Amino acid sequence: MREYLPILLFLIVAAVFAGSTIGMSSLIVPRRRNARKDSAYECGVDPVGNARARFTIKFYLVAVVFILFDIEAVFLYPWAVTFRQLGLYGLVEMLLFIVILLVGYVYLLKKRAFEWD
Amino acid sequence: MAALWNQPDVQVAVWALLKVGIILNGMLILVSYMIFAERKIAGHMQARTGPNRVGWFGFMQPWADVLKLFFKEEFIPAEANRVIFHIAPMLAVIPALVTFAVVPFGPGPALVGADVNVGLLVFLAMSSLGVYAITLGGWASNNKYALLGGLRSSAQMISYELAMGLSTIGVLMLAGSLSLVDIVHAQSKVAHVFGLPIPGWYVLYQPVAFVIFMITALAETNRAPFDLPEAEGELVAGFHTEYSSMKFGLFFLGEFMNVISISCIAVTLFLGGWNGPGPASLGLLWFALKLALLLFFFIWIRWTYPRLRYDQLMNLGWKVLLPLALANIVLTAIAIQWVSGAAG
Repeated sequence: MREYLPILLFLIVAAVFAGSTIGMSSLIVPRRRNARKDSAYECGVDPVGNARARFTIKFYLVAVVFILFDIEAVFLYPWAVTFRQLGLYGLVEMLLFIVILLVGYVYLLKKRAFEWD
Repeated sequence: MAALWNQPDVQVAVWALLKVGIILNGMLILVSYMIFAERKIAGHMQARTGPNRVGWFGFMQPWADVLKLFFKEEFIPAEANRVIFHIAPMLAVIPALVTFAVVPFGPGPALVGADVNVGLLVFLAMSSLGVYAITLGGWASNNKYALLGGLRSSAQMISYELAMGLSTIGVLMLAGSLSLVDIVHAQSKVAHVFGLPIPGWYVLYQPVAFVIFMITALAETNRAPFDLPEAEGELVAGFHTEYSSMKFGLFFLGEFMNVISISCIAVTLFLGGWNGPGPASLGLLWFALKLALLLFFFIWIRWTYPRLRYDQLMNLGWKVLLPLALANIVLTAIAIQWVSGAAG
């Protein structure tokens, strides 16, 4: 695990850098607050309602479909690395796997999951 | 003290800390001058001169910008979710910086932060964390423009992340390794066709994957023509509408950091990394040259192409790039099988 140590150090140093930049600047910046400045920006007009509103379900659908295909990608990585050792057997197995996922993809296309209108 | 120094863990940690310091500082300087280069190049493309007042030809402009951001007044919307509002800009910078840990800048163990055997996975994992910064920043601002920018951005980034992940698989099949150092080594072979030396760079063996990778790289870093999260014509400034002072600065830094880290990976995977003519000691120079070319490509594209519409963006990601990347994998697999079958 020793070769992973630099990644951990990168993480710590990057976090310290980001935190201290924000911390230092927030110590020295001027703050002259008033109710106008503290309200959400809506092109200078008084904000209407709150941004915690409902939004289109399309974004949720994209997230679900992403998980489906991302798992496919995760299965493809180890296969790609050991591809040469697996030979023809590995190729056929993976083709079957991709075809099964293509069925799902065609279903999503037919259901117009990727249309934005 | 000497006993402590003789501990192998301590030595590794000290060396790693030294590398972390050099790489992080180098990247911060590179980011400042990439922003300067972008403003200069954009200026000349639009028949202006760009910044030229601070220092020689404007060379001190990045430092003036940083100082300005440091002393700017900071607004936090009263209705914002304060904890997440503060964390989001940090989340934009931290994963972008960590990706540099696995990039092999040159030959030899001294020029790579961490030579782990799953380097590419570390990169993909870290770069995909960037979506949290934008989504959470947009949501925590409690501003409608910011929310819409954050939502668009999360959908865009996860859509293009798929095609990006799949486009790297062809390279993995050729190299047979997830270690970025091994992938660069695998590209060092030079073939001779009619006496002409042909480098073993994977861009020649995986041209489709390279094109997909570069398009998705533009979308992942929210650069034009895929800069919908901050489409200023419709969303003011998108997810960072409510951010000011150094918090805005960190989002800005993170964006350019991502451009550089994704270009580093593109050089490593497709353009042969540090490989090039001449002795191995020139490796770092070759890497820097290729990186500079790709960074110029990013700037060039940004000031050339208009922004896509959202439905065009989703069409391109899901209906063009994803099937193309899958077809590329299948064809590469069959080709490798056929070649190795013919050889064996």
